[in-house]
Amino acid sequence: MGRNIRPSRLLLTVAVLAAGASAPLWLDSYYVGIFTVAYYFGVFAMSWDLLFGFAGEVNFGPTFLIGLGAYGAGLMNNWGLPIPLCLIGGAVVAVVGGIVLAVPALRLRGPYFGLVTLVAVLLLLDFIVIFAAQTGGEIGMMVPDVLSVSTDVNYWYAFGFLVVSAAILFGLSRSSLGLILQATGQDRVEAQALGFNVTKHKIAAFSISALFSGLAGAMLTFYQGTASVDQMVDLSIAVQIIIAVVFGGRRTILGGVLGSIFLVLFDELLRPIGQLNTFVVSAVALLVILFLPDGVLGWVLRPREPR
Amino acid sequence: MLALQILVDGFAISALYGLGAVGFTLMFGVCGVLNLAHGGIMVIAALVGWWVAADYGAGPYGGAAAGVLAGMAGSFVTYYAVIRPIQRSRAIPKVEEEIFILTGTLLWGIMLQVGLNYLFTNNPVSMQPLLPGVLTFAGVRIPWNEVLIAVLCWGVIGLLSLLVNRTRIGKQILAASINPRALTLLGFELGRVYLIVWTIYGVLAGLAGVLLASFLGASADNAGALTASAFTIVILGGLGSVPGSLIAAYIVGYAETITAYLIAPTLRPIPALVILMIVIYLRPQGLLGRR
Repeated sequence: MGRNIRPSRLLLTVAVLAAGASAPLWLDSYYVGIFTVAYYFGVFAMSWDLLFGFAGEVNFGPTFLIGLGAYGAGLMNNWGLPIPLCLIGGAVVAVVGGIVLAVPALRLRGPYFGLVTLVAVLLLLDFIVIFAAQTGGEIGMMVPDVLSVSTDVNYWYAFGFLVVSAAILFGLSRSSLGLILQATGQDRVEAQALGFNVTKHKIAAFSISALFSGLAGAMLTFYQGTASVDQMVDLSIAVQIIIAVVFGGRRTILGGVLGSIFLVLFDELLRPIGQLNTFVVSAVALLVILFLPDGVLGWVLRPREPR
Repeated sequence: MLALQILVDGFAISALYGLGAVGFTLMFGVCGVLNLAHGGIMVIAALVGWWVAADYGAGPYGGAAAGVLAGMAGSFVTYYAVIRPIQRSRAIPKVEEEIFILTGTLLWGIMLQVGLNYLFTNNPVSMQPLLPGVLTFAGVRIPWNEVLIAVLCWGVIGLLSLLVNRTRIGKQILAASINPRALTLLGFELGRVYLIVWTIYGVLAGLAGVLLASFLGASADNAGALTASAFTIVILGGLGSVPGSLIAAYIVGYAETITAYLIAPTLRPIPALVILMIVIYLRPQGLLGRR
């Protein structure tokens, strides 16, 4: 980083940041609320991309990590802990859960790894329903505290969180960790032969992914006032995260944010056609996979890269 | 009494799981495709079968035939609209083909699920039983339909094994799963073999969907769970191994039935998932898988 920043790109970054930060001042408050959710979703997508795009691991269970963060933080809040402690606690729960899952699972390859992560989500869903007395089951768990009652303040929390996460994750992806992960994703044996500890790097990637997913899940819980299965753990959420990353462009980190904003806005736009909107969104994502496999951001950036 | 009931019910459910999973595992073994739209194709067959049987008065058998045809059609569309474009795309590197197929079929499966939900609503449909009546044996009530389903599943699996081991085309399929390049060098067209496998897959998934609708009922919302259960069974048994899938189908089927009868119906899916986790950690290639 920092070596090849072109002025035009720097200017674009500043403009986007300024537009994002000032949005509540000029945007309808309804859309401010929508963007708030999209930003948390963007963090989910970026954390997933770190594993999928860089380490080449299809993690079907991002919602396992998100759910651990959300419910971990929610339970702690119900025990009377203040929000900042709950956020840290939720993130810790997600990282610990992620490591417990990842250490044995990373011995597995491709579809096996995917299935284990999928099963982890199914088990978490079952446990949330079984322990409904503590977790609220399918209805969701109310938390006593919220981040803020003001739409604008909530927006700024989400935006700040998104920007900080994006900076850290993007930086990591351009660091040696990102390069090594990319190398392992493409040719595991060769990466090992070059002397890199592949498993250690993948576990690091999984923990970082878990940290941001869990933290975002916990923040979302305190934004909405509930931790709910439908919005944080269900497999359909995992699918939306996957669509967001693939649409925006895998291996770009920032593409996930673009994809999330697209998904959420598209969802609003297509509201009149009711339940068919998922159909249209999936179809668009499928077309992107077939014709622009690098996603929208990958496609925009590609021709300029060799220079 | 209860033990016998569990034995019988578990047997029929497991046979059905086995039939659903065999096509899935064949597809992976030969074509290297993990089709996450599997449940969607089963549901197409179930819903079309029910629709033709009920609205067109075709009776259970006409409906079942229509359902199997619909399953085949679903399988062909999956191949031509999703899998082939990914396999032929120049923009997708070969090493990443697998994750693209996983994501592509996942999206396609969701489109099927949502589209079917829109056309048929998400009310579960139950097809008329293919055979009415109940058999009472040693104090256990067994619907004849359940017996028929178990027999049909095993019959079809037997036919498949004859086809693969005894016929010319079956040997080509087997060869394609072992060394596709050598098969091409011997002058066989790989594309044709794949097309045949997709046809067989469509029939198997279609039949499994139709039988499911006449046994437990089906709705578009089941698509995800059906894919997950086929995926679970196939990984537990070992990817690409048909006998492994059958054994795994029985382990999962009985684990679910025993839990549902003896512990609580709500805990039904959990033991199978736990068994799967343990097996994968101890023996990542599954029960009978090769590495």
